[in-house]
Amino acid sequence: MMESLLKLHNIQTHIGQFHILQGIQFEARVGEVSVLLGRNGAGKTTTLKTIMGLTPASSGSITFLNEEISKKPTYEIANTGIGYVPEDQGIFAQLTVEENIKVAMRKETSEAFERQEYVLTLFPDLKKFWKKAGGNLSGGQKQMLAMARAFVNDSKLLLIDEPSKGLAPIVVEKVMEAIMEMKKRTTIVLVEQNFFMASRIGDTFTLIDDGRTVHTGAMNELISDDAMKHKYLGIG
Amino acid sequence: MDLLISLIINGLATGMLIFLLAAGLTLIFGLMDVLNFSHGGLFVWGAYTGVFTYIITESFIVGIMVAILTGMVLGFLMEKLIITPVYGNHVQQILITLGFMLVLQEMIKVVFGPNAIPVKVPDYLAGSWEMGEVIIIKYRIFIIVVGFIVFGVFHYILTHTKIGLIVRAGVMNKEMVQALGINIKKVFLFVFMTGAALAAIGGMLMAPYSGSIYAEMGMEFAILGFIVVVIGGMGSFSGSLLAAILVGLAGSFMAYYIPFLSLAVNMILMAIVLIFRPQGLFRMAKE
Repeated sequence: MMESLLKLHNIQTHIGQFHILQGIQFEARVGEVSVLLGRNGAGKTTTLKTIMGLTPASSGSITFLNEEISKKPTYEIANTGIGYVPEDQGIFAQLTVEENIKVAMRKETSEAFERQEYVLTLFPDLKKFWKKAGGNLSGGQKQMLAMARAFVNDSKLLLIDEPSKGLAPIVVEKVMEAIMEMKKRTTIVLVEQNFFMASRIGDTFTLIDDGRTVHTGAMNELISDDAMKHKYLGIG
Repeated sequence: MDLLISLIINGLATGMLIFLLAAGLTLIFGLMDVLNFSHGGLFVWGAYTGVFTYIITESFIVGIMVAILTGMVLGFLMEKLIITPVYGNHVQQILITLGFMLVLQEMIKVVFGPNAIPVKVPDYLAGSWEMGEVIIIKYRIFIIVVGFIVFGVFHYILTHTKIGLIVRAGVMNKEMVQALGINIKKVFLFVFMTGAALAAIGGMLMAPYSGSIYAEMGMEFAILGFIVVVIGGMGSFSGSLLAAILVGLAGSFMAYYIPFLSLAVNMILMAIVLIFRPQGLFRMAKE
């Protein structure tokens, strides 16, 4: 079994008066793609935000590289080596593609520029629109930029929230290929509604329902379990 | 023609003083989402500490340095003690910063006395140049030059440096900036102190321009600063410069041609912008 990189144990998160996460637990192991699945509003996005400290956990523990991070501020969590691609991509609309990547690059080292070159080979469109404002990119290009920005640092873990959302099938295919490539270099926790995509790139799954983890396991188990897919995802 | 040039120079000089106040205000609002109604207090404290230093040392430059230092120290204390507890709550921000504005204003009277203090232009900036029939007052040109230098330096920082990039990104999406590993609180503090220093420089430069300083001058000028921020677009540094020049020129021309409208012209400009472009002329787009 591969080494555990990220571990969530009994995470509870409140947003205002609402108790959103009511017992999330899962583990992401080095080199794997762990997919969080569940219906709309189940708590998948909040789980990623809680890991990043954007909606801090009220209780429970989150350990990353064997260090408790649930009480840290967001920027410190990011600096421990976690890259984040939010659901809305979080592109800085008036900054160019180049500037969006430059803001993200914590240290302008030769390794960072090597990673930048690498993501530009993954997403050649970004090179083409290097001087174009982020706000003027297409939905697919924004997604690529958001992923490139998260990857340009030496992130040991990438949290990617619904990368296929609102994208044309051909673009989804490109994004999926890029995630498969990135997987060779880093560990990924992926939130995805598109089960076809999730099942192709995921190694493990965590099913979330009403803010609780209801099942975790190898992706193959879920693929072959029609009853579970039907019950929690409404498919199969 | 000579009249036109005089009015333009007068308008530009006033515009630059307003710009120095509004630039900090717009950055503080744009990045930190803080409505700082005590900004005028930094302007007046910059003026008083700078002028007193100028009187004691007889050096205008040292006076400006002390004004900047005062602005930065007050900015630091304000951000830590007054602003931090009310982040995200506009009503509380308005109440606490308005209250603090009054405290700053009254403290001026306690520390420096209640009477207006006359301030003379330093000898090397006094007098005027005569170009044909046009008389150009040196100190007004000095203010215009300083204003453009400040704009140039800050524009360069905002567009060509990493910290500037972070500030611009923060104006658009604070949450994402933090998720990229940047301590936004440090950036907030840096911006607040810088904005405070700009206001303090404005106060110090205003002093010889108006000929005297008094405790209420901060409040009077802060209103112009807010009008400029609204016209220029909240969060836009360049917008502030253009709006400040517009307000300065409009005031200068109106005061000469239609004096009874000169006090209302800024409000009229702001009303027009709010009707036709409520986001301001150059608002930095959020994400």
